[in-house]
Amino acid sequence: MSSIADPVAATPLSDSKAAAAAAPAIALPVAGERELRLDLFRGMALWLIFVDHLPANILTWFTIRNYGFSDATEIFIFISGYTAAFVYGRAMLEAGTVVATARILRRVWQIYVAHVFLFTIFLAEISYVATSFENPLYTEEMGIMDFLKQPDVTIIQALLLRFRPVNMDVLPLYIVLMLFLPLILWLMKWRADVTLALSAALYALTWHYDWYLSAYPNGFWAFNPFAWQLLFVFGAWCALGGAKRMSRILSSPVTLWIALAYLAGAFFVTMTWYFPQLSHLMPRRIEQWMYPINKTDLDVLRFAHFLALAAITVRFLPKDWPGLKSIWLRPLILCGQHSLEIFCLGVFLAFAGHFVLAEISGGALLHFLISIAGILIMSGMAWVISWYKHSADKSARTKGTGGNADLAGGGG
Amino acid sequence: MKSAFLGLTLLAGLLTASPARAEDTPQSCEVPAYLLTSESRLSHVADAVKNSSPLNVLVVGSRSSTIAASETSAYPAKLQAMLKERLPALPINLSVELQTGKTAEEATATFVKLVEAKRPTLVIWQTGTVDAMRSIDPDDFRGAVDEGVAALQKAGADVVLVNLQYSPRTETMISAPPYLDNMRVVAQQHDVPLFDRFAIMRHWNDSGDFDLFSTTHGADLAKRVHACLGRALSKFVIEAAHLNQAQQN
Repeated sequence: MSSIADPVAATPLSDSKAAAAAAPAIALPVAGERELRLDLFRGMALWLIFVDHLPANILTWFTIRNYGFSDATEIFIFISGYTAAFVYGRAMLEAGTVVATARILRRVWQIYVAHVFLFTIFLAEISYVATSFENPLYTEEMGIMDFLKQPDVTIIQALLLRFRPVNMDVLPLYIVLMLFLPLILWLMKWRADVTLALSAALYALTWHYDWYLSAYPNGFWAFNPFAWQLLFVFGAWCALGGAKRMSRILSSPVTLWIALAYLAGAFFVTMTWYFPQLSHLMPRRIEQWMYPINKTDLDVLRFAHFLALAAITVRFLPKDWPGLKSIWLRPLILCGQHSLEIFCLGVFLAFAGHFVLAEISGGALLHFLISIAGILIMSGMAWVISWYKHSADKSARTKGTGGNADLAGGGG
Repeated sequence: MKSAFLGLTLLAGLLTASPARAEDTPQSCEVPAYLLTSESRLSHVADAVKNSSPLNVLVVGSRSSTIAASETSAYPAKLQAMLKERLPALPINLSVELQTGKTAEEATATFVKLVEAKRPTLVIWQTGTVDAMRSIDPDDFRGAVDEGVAALQKAGADVVLVNLQYSPRTETMISAPPYLDNMRVVAQQHDVPLFDRFAIMRHWNDSGDFDLFSTTHGADLAKRVHACLGRALSKFVIEAAHLNQAQQN
């Protein structure tokens, strides 16, 4: 992770005395080259989230949640924390807290609008299903459509982020995390390590006192913001110099072996879920201690699994790896660079995919084709957006200021 | 890394491609052998068979344990028929206790009285659907199932847990995984067999035996699925009670 931090530390702000006097606890970069690894992995996370949202098919076997505890959500939230802190942290030092806060709030508004837009599409889809679908096998399950009988309440609860259908949980989490980003950055400017410690404390208290946000009509937020903030703040901490300070730990062979051993252990445990023949090899006491692995509250096992993955990735994938410029990884990187748009498109495509699968009774091949088509559409859209930003909107951009909204795809 | 994933995919394909052959049945609905085996044992059922005492089966479930207007085609009735066929020497009584719209917690509250009244040898408890639809906190759900299983065991009954249906049409609205996971946990902790209805139905859908996306309005599909579920469940029960060996002795 040391190399992720390089652009951060490359041009410390201390060349001006005033900045030195302000003595920020964080080191920030001048706009430099994009960290392509972040884009690459965020793009990958977007693809995986899309595939995971579709009914299981052969591509599902390629998603990381089948090989360990954590999944694409962890990658997405961590990188989002990293990039958001990277972009808005710089804005905060350069233009002040008020301006940075204003920019963050504008981003929050964009994400909120995107969420409401997706909800509209979702509502259309399930209203259709509710009126056209009637299979006596599923009389009970169709009761879930009952909320359509109260559209007024449902829509208002959706606007309040309390009614969230399955697969629409990530954006509300992201909205809440971004809403607190000004506070997080302001604290980090003061003492980055203390901020991280506070975040960890909030995480621990959440587990201890079982804090959660309730949802409508009942239940709770599927991603508990009180717990998941840890990953977001950790991402921000890494972006603002933490990664550099961890570089010695990260390059030590001990870390490498611990990470490898943990990943291997997690891999074995996940295998016992898919091949119950293996489950007798699992000591019962470990099973009782370990299960259930709680995704809502970001189980420590999941967090540790993400850390192990990240530690190994930054070790074996250098920042200047030539492959990052290869044409083959271009679609992934483009998707990662426009994450908000591509994330929303992915959720929409997952709905559409469900719809097509429901209307045309196709087998595994159709499932597979839909997944591939979705990924192609996401890549194509990312390319079009990038074309708009770099060609169509070029004139508009020349008057632009430091805050590059698209780098702030932290948004996404 | 990719090739490792690919290898694993192939391996997964190989392992799942050898399902146990079902006996000649009208509808092809084979179930992979691993979905019909359990490490947990139904000792009371085994004893009843050994002593040739009557086998009292009680099915507790929500609406997915029946088919509207044709209860005799639903899986509990099919289970009874199959058990009678396999264990002809034994009187097999089966009753169904439908608890429409009740969560696991609400069902658990009825168990003490229910077991007192029916004195079952085996309770087949189908649960999770209502909790998933109402997004009950998975921890609370686990606690309720845990309590319910404990109560049934304490009353001297064997327990088989039956999880949710695989319902692809409502997948974007009902989040099944937390409830499936927690039922697996409770089954493990109490050493009771879990009949994985979700995985079995998904297998049928994936292999083309049934088109569960179908928008059919008739009860025909439901009847065929339930017939297959009843047959699979009877095999599962006989397997978990180790009756195949018992009868050979």
